[in-house]
Amino acid sequence: MTQLQGDNWFREGDQAQPPFTSASGTGEAPEMVRIEEVVKRFGDLLVLKNINMTVKRGQVVVIIGPSGSGKTTLLRCINHLEKIDGGRIYVDGQLVGYRLIKGRLVKAKEAEIAKMRSQIGFVFQRFNLFAHMTALENIIEAPIHVLGMSRDEAVAQAMELLRKVGLEDKAHAYPHKLSGGQQQRVAIARALAMRPKLMLFDEATSALDPELVGEVLKVMRQLAEEGMTMIVVTHEMGFARDVADHVIFMDHGTIVEEGPPEQIFDDPQNERTRNFLGLIAAD
Amino acid sequence: MFDWDTVGKFIVSPFFLQAAWTTLWLSVVAQLAGVILGLFLALMRMSRLKLLSFPVQVYVWFFRGSPLLIQVLLLWDGLPKLVPGLLFSQIACILIAFSLNEAAYMSEIIRAGIGSVDPGQMEAARALGMRYWLAMRRIILPQAARVIIPPLGNEFNNMLKTTSIASVIGLEELTGTAEILGAPTFSTFELLIVATLYYLLLTTLWDYFQRWIERRLDPEYASKRGRPGRWQGQKSWAQRVLGFGNPPVEPGKLIAGGHGGAR
Repeated sequence: MTQLQGDNWFREGDQAQPPFTSASGTGEAPEMVRIEEVVKRFGDLLVLKNINMTVKRGQVVVIIGPSGSGKTTLLRCINHLEKIDGGRIYVDGQLVGYRLIKGRLVKAKEAEIAKMRSQIGFVFQRFNLFAHMTALENIIEAPIHVLGMSRDEAVAQAMELLRKVGLEDKAHAYPHKLSGGQQQRVAIARALAMRPKLMLFDEATSALDPELVGEVLKVMRQLAEEGMTMIVVTHEMGFARDVADHVIFMDHGTIVEEGPPEQIFDDPQNERTRNFLGLIAAD
Repeated sequence: MFDWDTVGKFIVSPFFLQAAWTTLWLSVVAQLAGVILGLFLALMRMSRLKLLSFPVQVYVWFFRGSPLLIQVLLLWDGLPKLVPGLLFSQIACILIAFSLNEAAYMSEIIRAGIGSVDPGQMEAARALGMRYWLAMRRIILPQAARVIIPPLGNEFNNMLKTTSIASVIGLEELTGTAEILGAPTFSTFELLIVATLYYLLLTTLWDYFQRWIERRLDPEYASKRGRPGRWQGQKSWAQRVLGFGNPPVEPGKLIAGGHGGAR
């Protein structure tokens, strides 16, 4: 497709189709994320061992797995918050963190990485709202200073987003005056204000009190219904079953099993998947 | 005998008003330069690149580890010997030495301030597509300022008094003026008292100014005035610096580093 540049776009000896053409021309949705043989180390610890996955436009992919399985790291690699040690990641046809020049990978410039990140929404487990800014200021900050949006336009958009997440009355509240659930909804609005083509959720409800989980999941559910492409790392199995188009089970840095939610939850093929889901159910 | 009349005569004299002004502007300029240079040193020091951080370590080690008086004398007496013809004026010499010295202290203060900001703030900024400098300017430094400004106040108080060192190379700030005017008339003691009174006046005024800023940023003061404070609901600087109060940054997370949670 048009993103392809040069002759060495795919690896030497790679006989596969270039990934961004639909496989057989059947009009399938194009790929939003493509992860190829990704390896990540923290020192001597191999956290991601040869991960391959694709996410199509409009798809909701949920990644589940025990702590330490590498799912958060994988998510962080997708917008280059972590550098990968091997393999390649493409978002919407573009290499993440690198450029391919004459068949060689070259580190991308800061501006290029920043631009790519501005198109990917990331929601953190610990919200990470800017502590010195009100909810509204949090949401308008990046549209104004990164996208160059006018203040009026940014504020109008922010108020609309706050309405969407049910917090228009909290526009002028500072983060520490908000509950965890409210903070996370502002964080989602902040990410959406950049009009991202992809949203990444890193255990967005794990730091919340149980009674606050629902309000955040509701917003995420609504987003999925609107057709947003989402990759969601979560321990909320109910959400995964209802909302996911595709579920990935990770353990020890590998994808152990993946498939539609019915298959993973009702008829898991792998021993480790069964064990994990059994433990969750027994919880 | 101690002569009160001399004190009274000189305290309102143009000599000392001029000298006080010299002390004040020397302090302000050296402090400002120290803050700006210190910021860059702090950012270099925090770099993962040894090439950037190591020279700063050496710099700080030297300027904090040797007397300012000697640094001034090295610049004043030593440099022209090393580089013939390179002779700074007294003022330039003092400003350079004081700024370089102050930058070493400020870099450590600023580094601590930046280090006190939750690393998640930088991650969130980067994830939104902000570049390093934009994130520093808009997100990190405004939050670090809360931690930086109280010790900065102390530094300036020190600076006002430390400028007395400038007298050793004959600069006519407060201490130098007292010595120069006092020597021929054997009234050095009286004039040093005059200088001391001026130092006390300057530091006291600064103290009030500092407290005024503190009150301005104290949310309880602001809410009493019916204006929402920028740091609504937070404790005063003094409270925060002393470690009580309830700042939004959780100390545990400062140590945890960038990537907590599951991997």
